[in-house]
Amino acid sequence: MSNNLTVSNTTLVWGFGLVLVALVIGYREKLGINKDVLIGVARAIVQLSIVGYILKFVIKTDDNWLTMACFVIIVINASWNAGKRGNGIPKAFRNSLLAISVGTVVTLGTLVLTGSIKFVPEQIVPVTGMIASNIMVAIGLCYRNMLQTFTDREQQVLEKLALGADIKLASIDILRDSIKSGMQPTIDSIKTLGLVSLPGMMSGLIFAGVDPVKAIKYQIMVTFMLLASTGLGSIISCYLGYREFYNQQKQLNSKLLQ
Amino acid sequence: MKNILEIKDLSYQVGDNKILKHINLQVESGQYLTFIGPSGSGKSTLMRIVASMLTATSGDVVFDGKSIKDYEPTKYRQRVSYAFQQPTLFGKTVKDNLEFPFLVRNQEYDQKKAISALEMVNLDESYINKSVNDISGGEKQRIALLRNLLFRPEILITDEVTTGLDTENKEIVHQMLEKFNKEDQMTILRVTHDESEIEHAAHKITIKDGEMI
Repeated sequence: MSNNLTVSNTTLVWGFGLVLVALVIGYREKLGINKDVLIGVARAIVQLSIVGYILKFVIKTDDNWLTMACFVIIVINASWNAGKRGNGIPKAFRNSLLAISVGTVVTLGTLVLTGSIKFVPEQIVPVTGMIASNIMVAIGLCYRNMLQTFTDREQQVLEKLALGADIKLASIDILRDSIKSGMQPTIDSIKTLGLVSLPGMMSGLIFAGVDPVKAIKYQIMVTFMLLASTGLGSIISCYLGYREFYNQQKQLNSKLLQ
Repeated sequence: MKNILEIKDLSYQVGDNKILKHINLQVESGQYLTFIGPSGSGKSTLMRIVASMLTATSGDVVFDGKSIKDYEPTKYRQRVSYAFQQPTLFGKTVKDNLEFPFLVRNQEYDQKKAISALEMVNLDESYINKSVNDISGGEKQRIALLRNLLFRPEILITDEVTTGLDTENKEIVHQMLEKFNKEDQMTILRVTHDESEIEHAAHKITIKDGEMI
């Protein structure tokens, strides 16, 4: 593997000029975004620097327990963020934790057991991050869709319940739409792979000097992995989440609706 | 006649707002009761509590000798069915709606039963595959009512179901409900503001400011 990576602190400082482009646009057009841009840039620099040093330590130490600890931290953090997107849905963190844990363990386990990746920190930690963040986004979309469609279709749900339908039958259309909304971005991005986007994993490998054909194989694996993980995360979070819209008497909890 | 329904000292409030105050009522099997009173007096809330769509703050509803709390809600709602004022139709076609009561009961859809139900409300067989977007408001309400009536409930609650219907559609609904009440001894609890319905009602109950008067 040849190494042509030439980013240094000096080049980063020059690169900061690109942030100035965004700031100038924000200033001239009076968008009121400059404060957010600066906070975002500062956070990105600090967070990524810390993560960089942590990853360096984890990879250098090459300890299974430390790798597992990274896995757990990523999963909990992703679940916490997904839970926040639940916007009032009870037990959103708990349900997200279960969905992200199952989605990540199943996908990562399959990749390790089939020999696609090795149980080493430099592979496990980034792949866990990729899987967990994608499930996190999918769950966020599922929750948002569920809140919106329960609100839009409140009358229909009430009528179904009044006819004696169980909560699953009364919510099945909403469940299907919400699961679909969680998976849709992954499905859409797959369709344009290679045509519009050269995704991060593949670009990273090519940057690092890996043969593009080999990089593509990894990207195909990542595609399979993301499809499975967002599917699992969406289905688990939706099937656990929709129950929270009802009380024990199988009545719709209108307080949750927007 | 035995009492099929008893409402015992029932109250309902949201925050400090007392919507229903100490309602007591006994309903005999086969009765056709008409609930009247000004808008916002609590009629619909009372009906929704009887239909187990809401839970009373205090008091009880006893159906067929057992408290509503002791029933599995879905089984109860199949026996005490609530029809809405402005129903929405499910799915894409009329069939999707007539199939729903079968789905609820885990039964195979019976097309013959669905067609004979349509005939009861003066709609012919051709309606079965019609899109829900291609039927009039009156037809929509009649089809929605069939979802409640395909499997005869013991109590049917109609909450202003004829509001907005023309005279012809109103008459069809009245005749159908009268028939079920007389021939099948179905108990009907009707909420209405319609003057002609109120005038012709045999048993009227007035609710005002959350109280039965």
